[in-house]
Amino acid sequence: MVTTETPLEAEFHRLAGSVPDPELPVITLDELGVLRRVRVDGPDKVTVHLTPTYTGCPAIEAMSADIQRVLHERGVADVSVVTVLAPAWSTDDISDEGRRKLAEFGIAPPRPGGAPDGPVPLTLSVRCPHCGSTDTELLSRFSSTACKALRRCVACREPFDHFKEL
Amino acid sequence: MTAALALGDDALVLSHRLGEWAGHAPVLEEEVALANIALDLLGQARMLLSFVGDEDQLAYLREERAFRNVQLVEQPNGDFAHTMARQLYFSVYQHLLYEELATGEGEFADLAAKAVKEVAYHRDHAEQWVLRLGDGTTESHERMQLALDALWRYTGELFEPVEGVDVDAHALRDGWLAAVTSVVDRATLALPSGPQAGAWAAGAGRQGLHTEPFGRMLAEMQHLHRSHPGASW
Repeated sequence: MVTTETPLEAEFHRLAGSVPDPELPVITLDELGVLRRVRVDGPDKVTVHLTPTYTGCPAIEAMSADIQRVLHERGVADVSVVTVLAPAWSTDDISDEGRRKLAEFGIAPPRPGGAPDGPVPLTLSVRCPHCGSTDTELLSRFSSTACKALRRCVACREPFDHFKEL
Repeated sequence: MTAALALGDDALVLSHRLGEWAGHAPVLEEEVALANIALDLLGQARMLLSFVGDEDQLAYLREERAFRNVQLVEQPNGDFAHTMARQLYFSVYQHLLYEELATGEGEFADLAAKAVKEVAYHRDHAEQWVLRLGDGTTESHERMQLALDALWRYTGELFEPVEGVDVDAHALRDGWLAAVTSVVDRATLALPSGPQAGAWAAGAGRQGLHTEPFGRMLAEMQHLHRSHPGASW
């Protein structure tokens, strides 16, 4: 999707994109790749397109409120945040900087390539964010949030979250 | 509208059933997994029901006869094997259905393209458990088989054409049967031999006819909203 932003839109985009993710505050919405578009519709009117990571992600409401707040603070009176589904969000939309921050925070970042088709083969190893070992095993495909799986490092024995591919 | 209600009610009702495991799952990891799957389904339900009208109104204020979900998803959790049998039958169906809808041009294409990736994980979860229980101990094997048999008669309804759902029901059934048979075989279990459709099978949920446990489930799901209209956290 190629859209040309005006300088003002680019500024609002940076502002909205700098909002931290409500559940993973180490990364911003821009790094997570969920902010799709910021459009200025009038002197005091902005529309923001946001896409959910998972269809049922409860954080989308908090994200929406936070975006409205930062843009209100910047002086925009009328901010509407619209949820868009297509194209579907993928973990490939997380930026390199976002991946680095996730790993630093103790969450193994998703492997590139998105979700495999059909049943989920887990072949490529996931690196332990604590000790760096690639000798890790899956404990559960579902962890503290829908977007993560729970793994354990065989080397250092620490359990850790893995942002699973979608 | 019929289609959004049917698919939305499937997701809503199964989400509620899976949510009933909270506090009761055999291990913590499963507690979390089932709640996560329930959350994915709830998200899908919200979007689908929003095609029809107000999501809260539809979820909390409709009577039993107005729900259009298949009877499979309203069946009680039973033991863990029953829940996994229900998950296997439904998630394989939903995965194939969404895959098909995602390639089309219909009103559900965007949602299906998104949800199919989530449902792939649900399907994988169910398949792994059926394999583990079927090819496990004598006890787990027997209980998994009982569960597959008990829910089999609700599966025929999955392949009845729904107005507005643009898929080939026969192809969907063939794909489903092949996938389920493969898992059941690998799990050293037997594919149930009872009827899937016809007079001796169940299934009229899409017409609003539901099984007895559904009324009690709805009572629990709806009572807070009905007792305290507009209540919020």
